[in-house]
Amino acid sequence: MELLAFGKTGWGDELFIATLMTIAVSITAMFIGFLFALIFTPLKLSKNKFFNLIGNSYTTVIRGVPELLVIYLFFFGGSGAVMYVASIFGYNDYIEINAFITGSFAIGIISGAYSTEVFRGAIQSIDKGQFEASQVLGLKRFIYFFRVIMPQMLRLAIPNLSNVWQITLKDTSLISVTGLVEIMRQSYIAAGSTRDPLFFYSFAAVLYLLLTFLSMKLINRLEIKYSRGF
Amino acid sequence: MDINLMITSIPKLLDATIITLKLLSLSLFFGLFIGLLFAILRLSKNKIINKFAYGYSYVFRGTPLLVQIFIIYFGLGQIEYFRSTFLWVVFKEPYWCAIIAFALNTGAYTSEILRSAFQTIKPGIVEAGKSLGIPNKIIFYKIQIPVAIRQSLPAYGNEIILMMKGTSLASTVTLMDLTGVAKYIISTTFKPIEVFIVAGGIYLFMTFCIHNLIKFLERKYSY
Repeated sequence: MELLAFGKTGWGDELFIATLMTIAVSITAMFIGFLFALIFTPLKLSKNKFFNLIGNSYTTVIRGVPELLVIYLFFFGGSGAVMYVASIFGYNDYIEINAFITGSFAIGIISGAYSTEVFRGAIQSIDKGQFEASQVLGLKRFIYFFRVIMPQMLRLAIPNLSNVWQITLKDTSLISVTGLVEIMRQSYIAAGSTRDPLFFYSFAAVLYLLLTFLSMKLINRLEIKYSRGF
Repeated sequence: MDINLMITSIPKLLDATIITLKLLSLSLFFGLFIGLLFAILRLSKNKIINKFAYGYSYVFRGTPLLVQIFIIYFGLGQIEYFRSTFLWVVFKEPYWCAIIAFALNTGAYTSEILRSAFQTIKPGIVEAGKSLGIPNKIIFYKIQIPVAIRQSLPAYGNEIILMMKGTSLASTVTLMDLTGVAKYIISTTFKPIEVFIVAGGIYLFMTFCIHNLIKFLERKYSY
């Protein structure tokens, strides 16, 4: 237990901050994933074959390739790509991107592919009559999407989104390879300097279990809220 | 785009694919047995056994695979007593540590898949077997297991693909699998996009094959 003390003697405070970092990365990645889903879900549902192809290739490629490989692509290629874009605008200095941004972007793209599938499934399972009725009533596209489709879609999507959240949370452990100090990286550092890997990795496992357990409790509440009336 | 690098890296990456496939097939093989065992334990009426099986699948599904590998590879070697047992021969090899971690992980997911498949078997099938005077054991092995396997094929196919992606984590414990070699080539040449296209292409091809194999099996065993 001494190893977990707060302050200079133990690793308690470091691991606490690392846990906050894991939560921060997961939430950022989930949010970035939603943005991707917002772009790619309409593409997947569109009747245009070209848009369809783009949407499908995104979800197929990301879901068929290991997360670690995607992270390496971003880790090694991220700053190069940004520097290339910057050079077009005439900026030629070296740009170093922070590990938090690369990490959450990489995980975000992965999580986005899963979210896209979830949203597509949820929209497709909404009764066709709902779309037709909104058109008959002459609702504007914007209103009918946000007031009619969205509430029904969320009810169907939340259980599956909670799976996506779990996957995202667990995937953040992989960005420890890029050096971002989250739970896994901090345990690695602590294990290295105390020569007690068994304890620290087991403790990391407990932290992850705690996070998944607590988030499940929270999501269950949301589920109850959105399925009111059904 | 460096086409030359892409072409020269193909044979190296294909070599590494063999290790990935070995890891995948061995861990799926052991994982299936673990999964079946724990699915049966989950269906037991004894509360302690039931809770134990549930705890196993909860812990392994609630923690990242990376943590599990690190505990087994870095953690277990720390126990003095453990190093003197015969098990140490297996656990000192990163290759076997990775397979054990993967098998335990996929076993947890497989047990959930099989459990839900067992629970969705129509009771009429079992009752029909009983009324024909078939012994309970044979009903279980010859009727319930085959039906459950058919029920769980689509979900199990997803699990195989997830496991295939999971084997990439073997590269974190010094194994040179497809991802490990890809990372090595990237870090020596600094051409991430080219290597990603080739390695990603190989992974996608494997995903494609697994997907179609499962579809084929589903059609073959449909009733």
